[in-house]
Amino acid sequence: MSAAERARRPTAQLVVLRHSALTRVCHAINAVCFFALLMSGLQIFNAHPALNFGQTTDFVRPLLSLAPNGFPSWATLPEAQDLAVGRRWHFFFAWALVLNGAVYLSDLLLRGRIRRLWPSASDLRSIPHAIVEHARLRFPKGEAALRYNVLQKLAYLAAIAAFPLLILAGLTMSPAIDAAFPGLVDLFGGRQSARAIHFLLASFLVAFVAVHLAMVVLSGLVNNVVSMITGRYRIEEQDHDA
Amino acid sequence: MTRETKLTRRETLLKLLAGGGALSLSGCDFDARSPAALAVLESAEALTRTVQRALLAPRQALAHEYRPQDISSYFRPNGSTAPDDPDYQDAAANGFADWRLEVGGLVDNPLKLSLADLRAIASRTQITRHDCVEGWSCIAQWKGAPLMSVMAAARLKREARFIAFFCADTLEQSLDGDGRYYETIDLIDAAHPQTILAYEMNGAPLSVEHGAPLRLRVERQLGYKMPKYVMRIEAIDGFATLGRGRGGFWEDRGYEWYAGI
Repeated sequence: MSAAERARRPTAQLVVLRHSALTRVCHAINAVCFFALLMSGLQIFNAHPALNFGQTTDFVRPLLSLAPNGFPSWATLPEAQDLAVGRRWHFFFAWALVLNGAVYLSDLLLRGRIRRLWPSASDLRSIPHAIVEHARLRFPKGEAALRYNVLQKLAYLAAIAAFPLLILAGLTMSPAIDAAFPGLVDLFGGRQSARAIHFLLASFLVAFVAVHLAMVVLSGLVNNVVSMITGRYRIEEQDHDA
Repeated sequence: MTRETKLTRRETLLKLLAGGGALSLSGCDFDARSPAALAVLESAEALTRTVQRALLAPRQALAHEYRPQDISSYFRPNGSTAPDDPDYQDAAANGFADWRLEVGGLVDNPLKLSLADLRAIASRTQITRHDCVEGWSCIAQWKGAPLMSVMAAARLKREARFIAFFCADTLEQSLDGDGRYYETIDLIDAAHPQTILAYEMNGAPLSVEHGAPLRLRVERQLGYKMPKYVMRIEAIDGFATLGRGRGGFWEDRGYEWYAGI
C-alpha cells in the first residue's frame, strides 16, 4: 500500500458491520450442510434414478429418468455407489441443517431482521430497472450497496422459504412421519410426489447458489468474502451523496 | 490399515468448507467412508429414532391404509426373489404343506405352526404402501396373523426385548455363512396392530418372489425391515451375537437399524 493510498483511505472508505456474528456462523454451517446434503442426496437419488408424481412409483413411465446410472460419481457422496453411507451423511447433515436453520429463522423472524429482506411497493416497481442494472453488471456503490436491491430480496426470501419446504418434502418420504402426520402426504400429493418436489426444490437451491456465488465474485469477491467472515464490509464514502 | 485415502477435488472442497476440522475425523485425510466418520454420522440415527418414536407414541399411530383401487398393478419384488437354498426349494415343492414356523427363544411355550395354524389365528387385512430404502413405493393388500397374537401364544419371557426373524434366503454368498437374511424389531413395533405375519398378498397366497410362505409387515418402517421367507422367530434380549451384530442383514452392511426414514 502506497503512502498516498494510506493517506486517502480514512476519508475515502468506510467500514460497516454488515453481518452479525450469528448470521455469519449460521451461514458457514449452512454452506457445509448444503454441499453435504446435495451430494449425499444425489447418492440416494442414484439408488432409484427416476422421479414421478403420485403415491406410488410408475416404473414404466417416469416423469424423469437418469437410468441406469444416475448422476456421475464425482457429484455424489461418497464417490462410490453406496446408499447406506449416503444416507448416514444425509441424515446427519439434515439434523445439522434443521437445528442451524431454526436458530437462524428465530433470529430473522423474532428480531424483525426479515424487514431488511421484505420488498416494498417501490422495490417491486423497480424490478425491470434492477434487471437491466444486473444484466450490465452495474452494482450499487456507497451506502446503497448496504441495502439489498429488490432482486436480492426476492432471491433470498425464495431461498429461505425453499428450505422448510424441502425439509417437509423430505420428511414426507418417511413412513414413520407419514403415520404420525397423515396430512403431510396429502399436502404433497403422495410419497413419490414429495420425492419429486424434494428434488425440484434442491435443484432450485443449486441454481440459487450458482447465481449467488457468481454475484459474490462479480460485485467484489474479497469485500464480500471478508464481510461474511469478519462481518466488516467496506464501502466507498465519496458515493455517499450520489 | 491399508486402504489408500484418495482425496478427490470434491472431497477436498468439502473439507475446506468444514473448516478443516469438523469433518476430517480420521486425521488430516478426508474419507467419506472412514469408520471414524461413519461412527459420528451414525449418532443422528439415535436422534431420529427418539424423535420419531416420540411423535408416534401418543396416538400409537397407524400407517395410512389405502382403498382397493389404490393397489399397484405392479409390485416390484426386491432382494431375494427365488431362494435357491435346498431346504427352501424342498418346502416350496409341496406347497409348504410340511413347512412349520418355529417360534422360540425367550418364550415359555415354543411353537411349531403350520400355515393352517397361522390362518386359524384371527387375521388382519390391510392395504398399505411399501416404501423401499431405494426410494420407490408400491401399494398392496396384506393379510396375516398379528405378530403379537403369535408371541402371546408362545408366552414371551420378561427379559425378551426384541423379536428376531430368521429367513430361508441367502442374499449374499459368503464363506462364513452370514449371508442369510435376518431381521430384528423391538417390542414397540412387534406389538403394533399393523405388524403382521402375512401369508396373503392381494387376496392370493404369497408368491415366491414376494416371500412365500410368510413375510413380516412392519408398516411404519422401510422395506428391508420386513423379511420374506420367514422360517423361525425368536424372542431375544439383544442382537450383538447375531450375524455381525447390528440387528439385520442390511444393518450389518451399513444401513440403520431404525428404518423409519
